[in-house]
Amino acid sequence: MQPVLSVRGVGKTYGSGHRALESVDLDIHRGEIFALLGPNGAGKTTLISIICGIVNPSSGTILVDGHDAIRDAREARSRIGLVPQELSMDMFSTVWATVTFSRGLFGKSPDRAYCEQVLRDLSLFDKKDTPVRMLSGGMKRRVLIAKALAHEPQILFLDEPTAGVDVSLRRDMWRLIGSLRERGTTIILTTHYIEEAEEMADRVGVIDKGQLLLVEQKDALMKKLGKREMHVTLAEPLDAIPAELADWQLTLEDEGHGLLYRFDAQAERTGIPSLLRRMSDLGIGFTDLDTSKSSLEDIFVDLVERR
Amino acid sequence: MKGFNFNGVLAIYRWEMARTGRTLWQSVVAPVITTSLYFVVFGSAIGSRMQSVDGVAYGSFLVPGLIMLSLLTQSISNAALGIYFPKFTGTVFELLSAPVSAIEMVIGYVGAAASKSVLIGLIILATSALFVPLRIDHVWAMLAFLLLTALTFSLFGFIIGIWADGFEQLNVVPVLVVTPLTFLGGAFYSIKDLPEPWHTVSLFNPVAYLVSGFRWSFFGKGDISLGWSLGFIALFLAACLGVVVWIFRTGYRLKS
Ligand SMILES: Nc1ncnc2c1ncn2[C@@H]1O[C@H](COP(=O)(O)OP(=O)(O)O)[C@@H](O)[C@H]1O
Ligand SMILES: [Mg+2]
Repeated sequence: MQPVLSVRGVGKTYGSGHRALESVDLDIHRGEIFALLGPNGAGKTTLISIICGIVNPSSGTILVDGHDAIRDAREARSRIGLVPQELSMDMFSTVWATVTFSRGLFGKSPDRAYCEQVLRDLSLFDKKDTPVRMLSGGMKRRVLIAKALAHEPQILFLDEPTAGVDVSLRRDMWRLIGSLRERGTTIILTTHYIEEAEEMADRVGVIDKGQLLLVEQKDALMKKLGKREMHVTLAEPLDAIPAELADWQLTLEDEGHGLLYRFDAQAERTGIPSLLRRMSDLGIGFTDLDTSKSSLEDIFVDLVERR
Repeated sequence: MKGFNFNGVLAIYRWEMARTGRTLWQSVVAPVITTSLYFVVFGSAIGSRMQSVDGVAYGSFLVPGLIMLSLLTQSISNAALGIYFPKFTGTVFELLSAPVSAIEMVIGYVGAAASKSVLIGLIILATSALFVPLRIDHVWAMLAFLLLTALTFSLFGFIIGIWADGFEQLNVVPVLVVTPLTFLGGAFYSIKDLPEPWHTVSLFNPVAYLVSGFRWSFFGKGDISLGWSLGFIALFLAACLGVVVWIFRTGYRLKS
C-alpha cells in the first residue's frame, strides 16, 4: 500500500547555520500511530514543521497522500492537522470562534454538528462560548487539538502532546487518539518519554541530533530498549562471582558489596526469582534490591554505538 | 496553489472583522471625537476668521482632508496589527500550515482592514455633516477614491506588519511618516496657496496627490490634476503588490 506520508532526503540548516536535520527518509503507513522519539533538540519539531509547511526544508521532498507538499501544497496541507508544542492561540476569541475559524481556514464549509462533536469528544462543549484566555493550560491544549481536528484531517500531528498535561487530559487524549485511529486517522506524535511511545504507538522512530537512527515496530524496539538493571546490595562482600551463579552473567559492583544483574523486562522469565533462590541456597545474604530502567540517554548512546 | 480557498478567505475576513467588533467602541468613538474636535478647533474657532478656500467654505474644505488623514493611518495600523498579532502570539503557524495561498491571505487580511477604514471614513463623513454643509459633486468617484486608498494603504500596512519586529515599529510609519505627510500634503489647506519653494516641494509628497484627488470628488477641483492623483494611487498599489509577492516568494520574516 502507498504510504500516507513519504519523506525523502529532508534536511534543514537554519539561517543561523545550525544543522537541525540531516537527510531524513521516512514512510508513514496509513492508519498507524507513529511515535517520533528523541531528546530535546533532536529535530522533532523541525521535521514536523517542514512536513506541515511552516519551515522551508533545505533539501528533500515530501509526499502527502501522493501530493507534493510544495508543488501541490493545497492538496497536501488540507489533509494534515497539527497540534503544536506551544500553547499559541488567540486568547481573546471564544473556543467556538477559534475552532470554526480553523475549519474555514483549511477550506471546509461550516459544519456545526461536526464541530460540536469534536468539542464534546474533548469535554470542551460547555466551554464553547468561553474566551480562550479564561481556560486553564490543559483546557487550552484541548482547544488546540479541537482546532487541529476541525477540518477532518487524515493525518494528525501531535508535538509533545503530554508535556505539562495533567492525568485526566492524558487519559482523555489517549482515548481520543484511540478513537481517531479507529476512524482511520493516521497519527504521528513526538515525545521524549519512552513510556509514551510504548503506551500508544504501533511503530517508533528514534531521532537524535537531526538523524533518524532507526524505525521499528514498537514491540521489536521495546525488546531492544527494554533492558533493565537490578542492583543487589550484599550483606557480606564477595571477592568473586560464585561459579553457581554464572548463568545470570552478573557483574560485581562497589568493590564486592553489590551485584548487578541485567535482564530483559519484556521477557516471560526475568530470571529474578531463580537468582534469588539460588543465592539463598548458597547462603549469600542481601540487604537491598533495586531495579531501574535504562535511561533514554543510555539507549541513545547504545543505539549510536551499535550503528 | 491551484483553485481558490474561498472558505479560507472568508474565515480570515470574518476573524479580522470580529477582532474589529471587539474593539468597536474605540474604533467608532475615537474617529467621531477626533473629527468633532477638528471641526470645533479648525472649523469654528479658526475657520471663522478664514475666508473660503478656492470658493469653498473652510469648514467644508476640511472634510476630505480629515477623512484622508484617518483613512491612511487607520488602514496602515489595522492591517499591520492584523498580521503582526499572529506573529507575536505564535498563531501564525496555523496560517502557514493552512492550504491558503499568499493571495488569499492578502485578500482576507487586507480586505478586512480596508473594510474597517472605509467604515471609519464614512463615519467621519457622517459626523462632518453635523457641523458643516456637505457637498459631494462626484459621489461615485469619492467612493472609488475611498476604497482604492483604503486598499492601497492596508496593503502597505500589511507589509509593515510582516516587517515589524515589535509593537513600536508598527507605529513608526503611521506616526513618523504618514501623519506628517498628510499634514504637509494639503489636508488642511490648498498647496496652491503655498509660496515657492514649498509649493514645488509639496509636489514630491505622495499624499498631496491623494488629498487632491479626493477633494476633487467633493468640490470638482483639486490642487493637482485628477490624472496625476489616480496615477499615483495605481503606482503605489502596484509597488505594494510587488513587495507582497516578493515576501511570499521568499518566505521573508514569516518562515525560517
Ligand atoms: N528557528 C530556529 N533557528 C535556529 N535554530 C533552531 C530554530 N528552531 C530550532 N532550532 C534548533 O534546531 C535544533 C532542533 O530543534 P527542534 O526541532 O525544536 O528539536 P526538538 O523538537 O526535537 O526538541 C535545536 O538545536 C534548536 O535549537
Ligand atoms: Mg520540539
